[in-house]
Amino acid sequence: MSNDAAAATATTPTSTTAKPAASPEASPHGLGASLASTHAPAKTEGTFPYAADLWAEGLLWAGILRSPHPHARIVSIDTTHAREMPGVRAVVTHEDVPGAAVHGRGSADRPVFASEVVRHHGEPIAAVAADHPDTARMAAAAVIVEYEVLDPVTDPEKAFEAEPLHPDGNLIRHIPLRHGDPEATGEIVVDGLYRIGRQDPAPIGAEAGLAVPRPDGGVELYVASTDPHADRDTAAAVYGLEPDRVKVVVTGVPGATADREDPGFQLPLGLLALKTGCPVKLTATREESFLGHAHRHPTLLRYRHHADAEGRLVKVEAQILLDAGAYADTSSQALAAAVSFACGPYAVPNAFIEGWAVRTNNPPSGHVRGEGAMQVCAAYEAQMDKLAKKLGIDPAELRLRNVMGTGDVLPTGQTVTCPAPVAELLTAVRDSPLPPLPKDSPEDDWVLPGGPEGAGEPGAVRRGVGYGVGMMHMLGAEGADEVSTATVRVQDGVATVLCAAVETGQGFSTLARQIVQETLGIDEVHVASVDTDQPPAGPGCRGRHTWVSGGAVERAAKMVRTQLLQPLAHKFGMSAELLQITDGKITSYDGVLSTTVTEAMDGKELWATAQCRPHPTEPLDDTGQGDAFVGLAFCAIRAVVDVDIELGSVRVVELAVAQDVGRVLNPAQLRTRIEAGVTQGVGAALTENLRTPRGLVRHPDLTGYALPTALDAPDIRIVKLVEERDVVAPFGAKSVSAVPVVTSPAAVASAVRAATGRPVNRLPIRPQAAVVTS
Amino acid sequence: MTLPGSLDEAVAALTAMPAAVPVAGGTDLMAAVNSGLLRPAALVGLGRISEIRGWQYQDGHALLGAGLTHARMGRPDFAALIPALAAAARAAGPPQIRNAGTLGGNIATAAPTGDALPVLAALEATLIIAGPDGARRELPVSHLLAGMEMLRAGELIGYVRVPLLHAPQVFLKATGRTGPGRATASVALVLDPARRGVRCAVGAVAPMPLRPLEAEQWVASLIDWDGERAVVPEALTAFGEYVAAACIPDPGPAEDGSPQQLPPAVLHLRRTVAVLARRALGRALS
Repeated sequence: MSNDAAAATATTPTSTTAKPAASPEASPHGLGASLASTHAPAKTEGTFPYAADLWAEGLLWAGILRSPHPHARIVSIDTTHAREMPGVRAVVTHEDVPGAAVHGRGSADRPVFASEVVRHHGEPIAAVAADHPDTARMAAAAVIVEYEVLDPVTDPEKAFEAEPLHPDGNLIRHIPLRHGDPEATGEIVVDGLYRIGRQDPAPIGAEAGLAVPRPDGGVELYVASTDPHADRDTAAAVYGLEPDRVKVVVTGVPGATADREDPGFQLPLGLLALKTGCPVKLTATREESFLGHAHRHPTLLRYRHHADAEGRLVKVEAQILLDAGAYADTSSQALAAAVSFACGPYAVPNAFIEGWAVRTNNPPSGHVRGEGAMQVCAAYEAQMDKLAKKLGIDPAELRLRNVMGTGDVLPTGQTVTCPAPVAELLTAVRDSPLPPLPKDSPEDDWVLPGGPEGAGEPGAVRRGVGYGVGMMHMLGAEGADEVSTATVRVQDGVATVLCAAVETGQGFSTLARQIVQETLGIDEVHVASVDTDQPPAGPGCRGRHTWVSGGAVERAAKMVRTQLLQPLAHKFGMSAELLQITDGKITSYDGVLSTTVTEAMDGKELWATAQCRPHPTEPLDDTGQGDAFVGLAFCAIRAVVDVDIELGSVRVVELAVAQDVGRVLNPAQLRTRIEAGVTQGVGAALTENLRTPRGLVRHPDLTGYALPTALDAPDIRIVKLVEERDVVAPFGAKSVSAVPVVTSPAAVASAVRAATGRPVNRLPIRPQAAVVTS
Repeated sequence: MTLPGSLDEAVAALTAMPAAVPVAGGTDLMAAVNSGLLRPAALVGLGRISEIRGWQYQDGHALLGAGLTHARMGRPDFAALIPALAAAARAAGPPQIRNAGTLGGNIATAAPTGDALPVLAALEATLIIAGPDGARRELPVSHLLAGMEMLRAGELIGYVRVPLLHAPQVFLKATGRTGPGRATASVALVLDPARRGVRCAVGAVAPMPLRPLEAEQWVASLIDWDGERAVVPEALTAFGEYVAAACIPDPGPAEDGSPQQLPPAVLHLRRTVAVLARRALGRALS
């Protein structure tokens, strides 16, 4: 019923901040409305405080010494010179770590400071606190480290045979998935070998933070954390303190499409503050940022698809090798996603997928949205294109013959119980009108590949149309305890939400306001800033917060509602369910009895805290079988590209997106999330690749690492949002951010394939792979 | 930080303070300062020297002030004078950079990817260097870029002397993305009908712009200068390949005498140069 309402609001302009609302009715509120973020004005005006803007009286500046080698034995570390420099207040190395020497998001395998061995370029070795940022950097450089340089293992294929790079060994995880009949074969067989590059999350604000020592011997960390409680626990373990003596206060987060914070940067900050007794601040340079945080897993994939003569898939065989870099981080989860979704949203009766995540001396890989699923999507969609070409079937038609639906079984043996409208999505993008050819419009309007001042020549440009269909799981998988806690408080007609779900720009605080407005009929809702004194809400990734934190906020708001209405219902002599709250008024079902919320509150203050914990999942077993996922989201994208076939330059003209969203909770916000995801995928498809020849990070800056600019971002048309509610999700809403990232690189590659006839088996697409030599 | 109002004052300030560094647009220098690579003892700001922010005419040449910004050079009035330099200026990065970055700065930084440099090389531009006590000397831009001659202490690039050729000029640049980016290869090509010459320079593939002199002479001999100035399409393609082979030569045979292949990325770069040169000549002659 509210589907229509959502669609209607989606088309109305959403200038809530531009004109002050005359009455509560005039401003959008509640679920399905395009509420604007309360942070939007400050962010556009440049006054929103981020971590780099923090300041404290008498603060010191930190500098970190990072390894210049990808692999070396540390013979000695001499901090004497650094300590003696004027202005230097403390130098810390592995010897100064009072608690746990190792930490890690997946398994604890990463040293706080390298002690005997450095395993990747940029690994922290020492940290310095000084009275000026330059002094800190110079002092860090003055720490003399004697290395015995070792040969780095940078090819993940060689990691199996290489000497162990770590006491835990080089194999981080191996999943041999077996599903169906291994003897099954198809009439048509296509093979392919694919390589996916190293995308960096490249948050627009580099890492920054401030550590402030507390009088009780504890420390407060002011950082742009997206998982404050986990960061607090790690820090407390490393500092040898009880968790309640470390407090993480979340500051403004300048961009997070991944686990944005680099622990190798947060942890020394607190150590230095504890050691000096002074506040310590650190603002990473762009180079340090690229060296420090986790990247997307570079992946090597080998595929073999078997199909019958009509193009129906019979069997998929695949080997997937993830380069985890020097430390495990969340590689195990990325591998689970890669293996589970290796066949894509297609019904495949027999699948034999073998996946490995291995340790190398490359920079560590970790969670970047769409992890694992994006890499396999690029590969299985390339295979579908190959199959279509071999059979002479239209690529969209071939995909439609194979798409899965609700009730189909994943290669992991899990039955898809949630809505899976894959055919509907694909048909929607296929049937939407194509963008006009440039010959139909004035030549000036045609942005050629290479840009308006580039070397493009219309005669050499070929247009191509391609498809990508992708899927991604929501929430942590394989038995992860996905729980979130939220508190709602109402006083004087104003509601406040306390929830440790971090607003990273994804819109959680706006959603929380909408949920409370919807449930309590109170328009003025504030969302408190986050710290670890609040109960944990978990990390902000994989669409968790819409689901679990949104669910927790709703439950808490409903509890407050009951507290508010119960006495009134008693007074009116009817059950609380017969009362409704709209626009600050409480009315009975027949409209006879009514009062205002303020009156009903009678000066009381109402509080409620609730948790949301989705139904449990189970780990994948030794053959990759298990009900590992809580929910799945799907997306279909049709890409239209122009390729200059002589230079190999590619411009994405348009991406038509159809997505399975469950329910639209905030149309404007949803669209921006899809557009952002699609654009990140365009970057992965065309330009974004952090190069690490021989393990050394090359060009760690935003000139060398080319993010999409406004001219690179295509027209993004959202042609269909399928609102089929997922009954197990709160509000029936699915997460929307990750699945466009998963799908758009595959769609762009498919379109370049169509334009050039070249195989395009590597992402990002290099110009030489898009050149047609006659 | 001093802010002189004339070239001579700036030279005097630099002479008085040899450790000082001149700064114009600061698009390269300040990035180096911000990243901690450079800590200049003092700065001499050139932004207030109005005499070098415009241009004047001098016997068939334009005398371009070194303080001309890319944004200014990109405008139509300038494009009518020196079209290739205007095209290079428009292609040189995002608007923020073009508003601040200057012609003189582009030369002084001498980055291999500097967009104005191949144009200046093709135009055979001359630099007017301002020295102490009002001294002026001339220096071909290629001599400075090749390191044959250097700026001496206290000297500043004052002007760039560029011939006005009244003929088509083209600058083409290949980058990694549709938005602004550093050149992977660029080609500047100018026609000089008075001298019946074609001059071409290739940027970004070597530390300095390269001039394929033989290819220039060969193609100039094909052009009917008194007629329509057209050549057959095959000649355009051959010119492109001639230029590319001159700038990115085949490797010599290996020690054992077997022929060696260029790596695929270099082959693609060579193909890119060939396409750019072919397109540039085609546009100049169309």
